[in-house]
Amino acid sequence: MNRTGLHVDWTRCDGRGLCVELLPDLLGRDEWGYPLPHRSTPGRLLTEVPPGSVADAEQAVALCPLLALTLTTEAAT
Amino acid sequence: MNARPAAVATGSPTRPDTAGRLFVAGAGAGHEAHLAAYGPAPSSGTDLIRELELSGLTGRGGAAFPVWRKLAATAAGRRPVVIGNGAEGEPRSRKDATLVQHAPHLVVDGLLAAADAVRASRVYLYVRSGSGTPIRRALAERPDGGRVRVVVAPHTFVSGEAGAVVNAVGQGVALPTDRLHRLSETGLDGRPTLVHNVETLAHLGLVARYGGSWFRGAGTLEDPGTRLVTVSGDLPAGGVLEIPGGTRVADVLAACGTGPVAAVLVGGYHGAWLPAAEVDARLSPSGRAVPGAGVLIALGPGRCGLHLTAQIVRYLAGQSAGQCGPCRFGLPALAGAVGELAGRPAVGTEGRVRRLATTVAGRGACHHPDGTSRLVLSALDAFADDVAAHATGRCVAGGRP
Amino acid sequence: MNEALWAAGRASGVTALALLTASVVLGVLNRSGRPLPGLPRFSIALVHRDVALAATAFVGVHVLTLLFDPLARLSVTDLLMPFAGAFRPFWQGLGTVAFDVLLAVVVTALLRHRLGLRTYRTVHWLVYAMWPVAFLHAVGNGTDARTSWFLEVAAVSLIAVTIAVVWRLSAWFVESSHARQELR
Ligand code: SF4
Ligand code: SF4
Repeated sequence: MNRTGLHVDWTRCDGRGLCVELLPDLLGRDEWGYPLPHRSTPGRLLTEVPPGSVADAEQAVALCPLLALTLTTEAAT
Repeated sequence: MNARPAAVATGSPTRPDTAGRLFVAGAGAGHEAHLAAYGPAPSSGTDLIRELELSGLTGRGGAAFPVWRKLAATAAGRRPVVIGNGAEGEPRSRKDATLVQHAPHLVVDGLLAAADAVRASRVYLYVRSGSGTPIRRALAERPDGGRVRVVVAPHTFVSGEAGAVVNAVGQGVALPTDRLHRLSETGLDGRPTLVHNVETLAHLGLVARYGGSWFRGAGTLEDPGTRLVTVSGDLPAGGVLEIPGGTRVADVLAACGTGPVAAVLVGGYHGAWLPAAEVDARLSPSGRAVPGAGVLIALGPGRCGLHLTAQIVRYLAGQSAGQCGPCRFGLPALAGAVGELAGRPAVGTEGRVRRLATTVAGRGACHHPDGTSRLVLSALDAFADDVAAHATGRCVAGGRP
Repeated sequence: MNEALWAAGRASGVTALALLTASVVLGVLNRSGRPLPGLPRFSIALVHRDVALAATAFVGVHVLTLLFDPLARLSVTDLLMPFAGAFRPFWQGLGTVAFDVLLAVVVTALLRHRLGLRTYRTVHWLVYAMWPVAFLHAVGNGTDARTSWFLEVAAVSLIAVTIAVVWRLSAWFVESSHARQELR
């Protein structure tokens, strides 16, 4: 089982909110519009992505207008 | 192994202390005085990484990461780069400048020992403009000084963040960058890059000479060795001190001749407030009083901690590199809310401060929002009485909100 | 046959102009980060892309039909080299410029994940120059320029893009601009 994570490049993200719409179970928005994970994840990830949301996360990576999102996979330990 | 210097009680350029190791060669030491005090430079070839693991030396720039791990990770890559970081962006910190001024050769010894241990192809020293002259003079004195290239850091708070350091050396832009991978995997020009604070390197230079168990001759099990601290605030004599790891905060303050304090900000502007009742806590990366980059700011009795915190947060908001939305917009909002708390808070101001501080944490390319958040949340705890008093229009500190 | 080619060339050209206009407006809307009722942000991004691709397809039909049209006397070099054409070379040249820019914009947009943000964005900015050029080409080169239906399409397009650009430049353009206060 691999664990999938979503990383955001904060220097790029402009808070357009596409990712938040596609991943409502994982992300909300702060008052400036930037994605705010429902559960904070330590390290370099914005949030972990459960298997059921991977397709939506891929869609978000493809559609983010600022190319700010990256999916990471890690072998689960 | 060379002769070990006795722990000296004098020789520190700023004040005598009990565990002096870094300033044994005396104030403004040149290469000869340095060699006379510490013996010849460590020979490469000893298993430095193993000795470092034995020593328990951790990074002195703030993160307190085990030094040997970073070296081992960097050594695993191809053609690594080593950078000594003396940017010291923290405005209340003087330790790195003091070290570079008075013990530059120890820093260079450590830098070159680290470079040899990871087989680095390029070696840099990144220092504030004021440190450029002493470090260049020191390099010119040494036969091996030509290996080191000096890069000058701008005077901004984030210029010393590891990513900003690599960016400054590589592109001349001292701003943090987005990092998906560790610098030990890909840093300067995509090469594995080791960035160490100059104090860390000075200790490393001693471990390379005298070994890991010698290093543990001072300090505690949790925080072995010595560390430099910069003490400032409401006390008669602040300055840079070298103290054994695990020293009580109260003892550091006593060494500076202070009486009772209202609170101490431990770890600098990204640190946490320690209320007066807890000043007996020992400085330790894993404890209640986390030294960070070694900055201690004393708040005298009768001074308003909320007021000082508001000033600091406002400064930190101004130092946001403005690259990341939550930091760029969140810190000014947080500064405004903390300012309200220090003045005349409305109903709900405290809640807004807490919410904003929690919201910005962890949401930037560097730790600037996290550190600011930590400071603010610790102020809410340490100055809970003041928060309550301000809400009723008074100030515990005697009408000086 | 020639009549049909000529008619198809004109019709596809006008359609392309309308679709390009829609795509520009959707792009600006997308940039604002605001959803429409019933159309979430990611859908706007997708519709923007699809409309832009449809516009490009119609431009393709427009160019192809006129390549074979004896009156337009368009040659393959005209597709790349502006202002060298036989029929109203200046106005046709504008069409060539717009066509080439459009191709660059579409290709870089589709390959943006590989090219990186900077290239993609820089080229995408050219749209603000491309649309007026395409518009002038339509008005100046088109033989329907004085018919009322064409004038209506052109006028609506011009107004729509003007409004979008003025909005784009306004201070409250971005959805969260009210909340985004920097240090005073
Ligand atoms: S889609 Fe991209 S720009 Fe928009 S909020 Fe998400 S990461 Fe930021
Ligand atoms: S988190 Fe703040 S200080 Fe750090 S890079 Fe982003 S904007 Fe700059």
